[in-house]
Amino acid sequence: MKYKRDPKRIRQVLGKKVQFILGDMACVYGGLLAGCSFFGGYPITPASEVAEGMARRLPRVGGTYIQMEDEIGSIAAVIGAAWGGAKSMTATSGPGFSLMMENYGFAAMTETPCVIVNVQRTGPSTGQPTLGAQGDMMQARWGTHGDFEAIAFAPSTVQECMDFTIEAFNLSEKYRNPALVMTDGEVGHLRERIIIPEEKDLKLIDRVEATIDKKKFIPFTNSQTRKNCKVPDFPTFGTGYRTYVTGLTHNEKGFPATDKQPDHERLVKRITEKIIDDADKLVSVEKFNLDDAEIAFVTYGASARPTESAMEMGRKNGIKVGMLRLKIVWPVPEKEVHKLAKQVDKIIVPEMNLGQMVHPIREAANGNCEVICAPKIGGEIHYPDEVYKYLEAK
Amino acid sequence: MVEVKTAEELNKKFLREGMWPTIFCNGCGHGVVLEYTFWALEELGWDMDKTMFASGIGCSSRLPGYINADGLHTTHGRAIAFATGIKAADPDFNVIVFTGDGDCAGIGGNHFIHAARRNIDMTVIMINNFIYGMTGGQLAPTAPLGSIATTAPYGNIEHPFDICELAKALGANYVARWPVSHPYQPIKSIKEGLQKKGFSLLEFLAPCPTAYGRRNKLGDIKKHWAWYDDNTILIEDYDKIMKYGSVKEKEEVKDKMQIGVFQDIQKPGFFELYDQLMERLKVEENKKREGKK
Ligand SMILES: Cc1ncc(C[n+]2csc(CCOP(=O)(O)OP(=O)(O)O)c2C)c(N)n1
Ligand code: SF4
Ligand SMILES: [Mg+2]
Repeated sequence: MKYKRDPKRIRQVLGKKVQFILGDMACVYGGLLAGCSFFGGYPITPASEVAEGMARRLPRVGGTYIQMEDEIGSIAAVIGAAWGGAKSMTATSGPGFSLMMENYGFAAMTETPCVIVNVQRTGPSTGQPTLGAQGDMMQARWGTHGDFEAIAFAPSTVQECMDFTIEAFNLSEKYRNPALVMTDGEVGHLRERIIIPEEKDLKLIDRVEATIDKKKFIPFTNSQTRKNCKVPDFPTFGTGYRTYVTGLTHNEKGFPATDKQPDHERLVKRITEKIIDDADKLVSVEKFNLDDAEIAFVTYGASARPTESAMEMGRKNGIKVGMLRLKIVWPVPEKEVHKLAKQVDKIIVPEMNLGQMVHPIREAANGNCEVICAPKIGGEIHYPDEVYKYLEAK
Repeated sequence: MVEVKTAEELNKKFLREGMWPTIFCNGCGHGVVLEYTFWALEELGWDMDKTMFASGIGCSSRLPGYINADGLHTTHGRAIAFATGIKAADPDFNVIVFTGDGDCAGIGGNHFIHAARRNIDMTVIMINNFIYGMTGGQLAPTAPLGSIATTAPYGNIEHPFDICELAKALGANYVARWPVSHPYQPIKSIKEGLQKKGFSLLEFLAPCPTAYGRRNKLGDIKKHWAWYDDNTILIEDYDKIMKYGSVKEKEEVKDKMQIGVFQDIQKPGFFELYDQLMERLKVEENKKREGKK
């Protein structure tokens, strides 16, 4: 039988409104609140708690948990479930994320809503399995072959792990695109207080399902029921639309058009523009002390925590420093960064890698100020004074 | 139940409009397997709105494109994992996977193994043409010893994969192999496989004249089909000869490919067990709540 979201049941299973839990578990809570009814997973540190949390709770809310044979299978099953009508997700870390890349692109190409949580650990390769990093930020954007757009969140707190998982579902449903929660081993294994939102405060978005006459329905074109919307209505399997869904370049009917340049261009432009056109709406940032800032930190995820402390140290010492924290990292809030670059003399980007998000930020700054990276690797979060040093450097 | 009588009527009912002509070469066996599947579906009278298809990449994996039903044409080797998700979203769906020897036994082997082990409720129709057809004739894991492929130009020295043996060992509920050269047993067998709860595998031996037949000198399509008759033996006959036959008879059949139904059992499928699990949790929870009152 098909899953039907039962808010009362979900809340029974989640328990008390205020809890002290792991970041990973908060992703589970977020998924369940959003109405996730399928999780395909494969164990990997530091993301296993997400699978474990789902394995415990999904059968109790009427959803399905399957531990797949590997991460390729996990994301595949997640995409299949989405076509069957489920909201679905998986969670992994670096090595598993690498394995998912081909089907991540398949989800983008076939406009499949689904959520991937990546609790990042250090790499390359097996790296430091238990320790956090932000080394997959570029892979999230460019890891699969071909042109596509990424939607990715970066939580800095356990509460945000839950909130952003819900939001990731919302955006994936809205744009019919995979959405990522790019958390990391630091936040994923952090225990903090969370408040579970009341049902009335939850804003959930569901994909717009195809409802029009089956003979008139065109599956891979602008919505036929909403004006100026490049996201097609979703012909859930089993509802009689009999849609052919392929990762091959396809025409508007969904039929392979592998040797047709115009079909490819039309398709790939639409699936990227549906997100790019809305880039301004997708900006989600938090600003600290930016009004009079001469130096700005631009950061995200776990790195925002020590950076905030460094900023406060700077302010105490009379340095006019502020901070822009990105909650949505992809698409990059280019206009925000551009405006900031015109105001400040320097942008510093602390991140737990040797420099990844610093690149699109530098591109957005477009030469209006200096943009430098404040890297930290090795499975440790920055110490505030390590970040602070960049304020004094000439 | 059977409403249509001719192949034309059958095609009109089951083929997706606008996808003709197919990509298949003259003499390709994939269309034949599709035809047999249509007959089986026709005899079953299934609701095609609730019957859906998944496939990987390869010529054989193009089949769902030609069927007037929901179809998910996925990535190379992964169809069974995708299909697992489709089925999980609504276990009332009928889920059928079309795959090739390369897709299923090569790159997708692990998904195949675990779906069979889990006894996921789906039917996998693997078309074995002993070759990677779509990419122009590279070595397949099912290729007979000595056969020629572009990447085995001096003859294959790898032992071929018997995918039915594997499925049997994993406890799949229904396992059968047929050549395309006979219609009746395969259609009956597809019907049995489709109706089965749990995992069912149907392997078809089908010609790829372009990439396999030509290179391996199997001759025209008539001779190619005759090859199946000469080189296969019904499992019942094989067993009888191995038990009671003369040394000469045994020698004659020992290298032939066995065909027929290899396994037909009733282990509970994954989703039946999952339902039971959910039911058990409900009962336990209710008990707990009662106890607290
Ligand atoms: C990941 C990946 N690797 C390789 C390929 C190239 N490729 C496409 S089809 C195919 C072989 C298909 O063989 P089989 O499944 O036997 O199908 P057939 O064409 O013989 O029916 C290969 C290797 C691919 N599409 N994806
Ligand atoms: S290459 Fe072989 S498998 Fe592919 S369509 Fe031609 S005959 Fe069929
Ligand atoms: Mg093949």
